[in-house]
Amino acid sequence: MASPVAQFQVKPIFPVVPEGESLPFYAFTNSSVAMVAAVVVAAVFFWLATRKRAMVPGRWQSVGELTFEFVANMIRDNVGKEGMKYFPFIFTLFCFVFIGNMLGMLPYSFTFTSHIAVTAAMAVFIFVGVTIIGFARHGVHYLHMFFPHGAPLATAPILIPIELISYLSRPFSLSVRLFANMTVGHIMLKVLAGFVVALGAFGFIPFIVVGGITVLEFFIAALQAYVFTILTCIYLNDAINMH
Amino acid sequence: MPQFDPTTFASQLFWLAVTFVLLYIVVSRFAIPRLGKVLEQRQKTVDDDLDRAQQLKAETEVAIATYEKALAEARAKAHDVLRETQDQISKAADTRNREVAHNLAVKIKEGEDRIAAARDDAMTQVKGIAAGAAVAIAQKLAGLSVDEASAQAVMTSGKETA
Repeated sequence: MASPVAQFQVKPIFPVVPEGESLPFYAFTNSSVAMVAAVVVAAVFFWLATRKRAMVPGRWQSVGELTFEFVANMIRDNVGKEGMKYFPFIFTLFCFVFIGNMLGMLPYSFTFTSHIAVTAAMAVFIFVGVTIIGFARHGVHYLHMFFPHGAPLATAPILIPIELISYLSRPFSLSVRLFANMTVGHIMLKVLAGFVVALGAFGFIPFIVVGGITVLEFFIAALQAYVFTILTCIYLNDAINMH
Repeated sequence: MPQFDPTTFASQLFWLAVTFVLLYIVVSRFAIPRLGKVLEQRQKTVDDDLDRAQQLKAETEVAIATYEKALAEARAKAHDVLRETQDQISKAADTRNREVAHNLAVKIKEGEDRIAAARDDAMTQVKGIAAGAAVAIAQKLAGLSVDEASAQAVMTSGKETA
């Protein structure tokens, strides 16, 4: 039986590179296929959703509008009107992570969101972007993030390091949460599915469990996309409105 | 774990950047404007319909107000007419009453005057007759000749012992 982590192997499709050797940056891999597929799925979905642009929406249009409103409301509720400037980015982020997670649920597919390199890159981009927005809007005043108004000055030596660490740990928690959730879920599915064969006549027991876990994984795939997006909104809110 | 194999990082990051930017273009240039427009149009239609309904409602209210005003005016006019007529009738009745009362009063007065005159007449006549009778009685009984004038005077002066 293949190792449960073999599914995460990034395999080059073009150009052919011997195993163990470093891939060139442009190497098109199974991960790249999944990413391109996500873009294609999103593009097709939006094309279907906005093909008719009817006053009374059809099925695809309804789903498209719901997604649009869902993300728009997320920003409005968590950031406010000013956050709508970043709506295209947040919407892209949500679609990318959501479709990436969902495509990963297809058998034999590749889950690019289960790779720390991908999630960390997104998280660091968000972290840097949010920090730049914060300093651009509030200038040096943004440093008040690390020392809340009204706190006694004596608490500064404790409070500032705590706030600083919690701020700096954001990209780690953001990236590890998504990567770990996707990785663990897929490993668990693989291991449990292996039991179906290994247990022979009693294989139906893990089979039922795998069925249940698959449903759970779909739920987690959607939930983690939501969590990733809403945390981005919350960080953006801190940068725009400060807390 | 393949996730921690740094040989694949460059490729993953490169394709992440490429596909993310592509998706960003799809979303920001294609999906958001089109979906936003549909939603906006629907909102506009709903708002317009609501506005029209509001306008029609206002018109209805104006019509109702006009109708009610006309009704109130008609009612007031009817009331006025009624009161005027009543006034006229009561005034006419008053005049008539006063006239009748006046006529009656005049007639009563005339009658009373006539009665008083007749009484006075009768009184003077009674005095004359009494004086005459007194003179005659005095003549017959005492042989006194009393002229009628003094007898009359005695009569009017009241009781006097003979």
